[in-house]
Amino acid sequence: MNVGDVAGDLLRELSPQVLGALIRRYGRFAECEDAVQEAMLAATVQWPGAGIPDNPRGWLITVASRRMIDQWRSYHARQEREITAFERTPDYLAAAPAADAEHASADDDTLTLLFLCCHPGLPEPSQIALTLRAVGGLTTTEIARAFLLPEPTIAQRITRAKQRLKETGARFETPSSWSDEALAAVLHVLYLIFNEGYTATSGTGLHRVELTSEAIRLARAVHRLLPDDGEVAGLLALMLLTEARRRARTRPDGTLVPLSEQDRSLWDADAIRAGTELITGAMSASPLGPYQLQAAIAAVHAEAAHADQTDWRQILALYQVLERLTPTPVVRLNRAVATAMVHGAQAGLDELEPLESDPRTARQHRLAAVRAHLLEMAGQDAAARANYQMAARLTTSLPERRYLEDRAAQL
Amino acid sequence: MKYMLLIYNNPALYESWPEQERTALFAEVDAIMAELRESGELVGGMALADPSGTRTVRVRDGITTITDGPFAEAKEQFAGYITVDCETPERAEEIAARWPDAKYFAMEVRAIMVESGTEM
Repeated sequence: MNVGDVAGDLLRELSPQVLGALIRRYGRFAECEDAVQEAMLAATVQWPGAGIPDNPRGWLITVASRRMIDQWRSYHARQEREITAFERTPDYLAAAPAADAEHASADDDTLTLLFLCCHPGLPEPSQIALTLRAVGGLTTTEIARAFLLPEPTIAQRITRAKQRLKETGARFETPSSWSDEALAAVLHVLYLIFNEGYTATSGTGLHRVELTSEAIRLARAVHRLLPDDGEVAGLLALMLLTEARRRARTRPDGTLVPLSEQDRSLWDADAIRAGTELITGAMSASPLGPYQLQAAIAAVHAEAAHADQTDWRQILALYQVLERLTPTPVVRLNRAVATAMVHGAQAGLDELEPLESDPRTARQHRLAAVRAHLLEMAGQDAAARANYQMAARLTTSLPERRYLEDRAAQL
Repeated sequence: MKYMLLIYNNPALYESWPEQERTALFAEVDAIMAELRESGELVGGMALADPSGTRTVRVRDGITTITDGPFAEAKEQFAGYITVDCETPERAEEIAARWPDAKYFAMEVRAIMVESGTEM
């Protein structure tokens, strides 16, 4: 590994800590975030040549602080005296508190930053962009590339997010003062980032930052800081168990392989072990939640060496609990598949009926795809083919369309 | 979710307008573009040259023929597009409804296919 790689990883690790330290000192999220971006840029340019400084975190804080001071100088020349006074006390930056204390506060800062970036007052796309930049340490260019969007669009989302944060008056408070809803928003944003990366197929994956590893890294950080929270553990387990299937879910040409046909020897056994342990521990120690249940379902799939050894009874039971907690159309659709596997195709088809009159799902490709699958199970090939074709026309995903057209053609 | 908003119009109508009205139309377009840029929803867009210069290319039995004029013969022409990334289809329709061509001709809202997918 060269200095550039090491520096890149280190920078992303340090970025939220540096931002946290700056916000603690100066308060203003937007200005601090700009300053940290510039310090990161300076490090990217200077470190590969000059080497990584002995105290990289201190280096970044110093450079970012200097940048903040420069900004204040140009905008608030009148406050010059105060700034000079501040500059004479650089001990704050150089001071080395007990290593443990510094570590703990850096951790708290990361969590607080996540709460701020995922503030419920921000629109979802802004939460995602801000989280990836301020906590994930990704550049605007990298985020834009990952979401296949132009850079100015992402830059604008970040700018807007920072403005909104200022308007909402959200403050840099200790993690314990945030509500359960705030944590739920953080987990939802991490889940969205993960999904965005996971659904990417190999074709475009080459140019995309690994959003799944980024989401896992952030979920790990939250889990480390809140080890007793069952839903945090559940989300991390869900990510690990899902990511474990990555190599098996697409063929080299990018076509999708359904779960039942995947080559399970390609599944990542280590990730499955880690995810299963995590979810088993969480479910025995904390109140149940949707992420834990989804992880548990993924774990049941993962433990089957062959698709026909899948414990569908257990999966159906888990879906029934999940449906009580979150009665969404997607959960109902998945439950119908489990029902079909346990009680036969017709029982599954019966469960689809209420979804067919639900305006949220009536025109959804997923409903048509599940119906096609169950009709195929029931041996009604003509109806199955018509439904695969309908699903193919309704999806907006190219690989899904290709998969569905292939299924229709095979009947 | 990304949507392409296809702009259909007939340039003859706008050509018949006094300059002031045409300027007002452009100002309307500029205002929407600025708003979409500001909201972080704008992905891109292009205006197409007048259809009078359009060439249509066909290959039949290996032989290429090129004809003057657009593929679809109609009074209204495909004049350009904007692409937006917004949270709901309703929002894309709302943007389309505000585009001035919607008042005189029509806008078409089409979802853009993505390269990603979920195994089923």
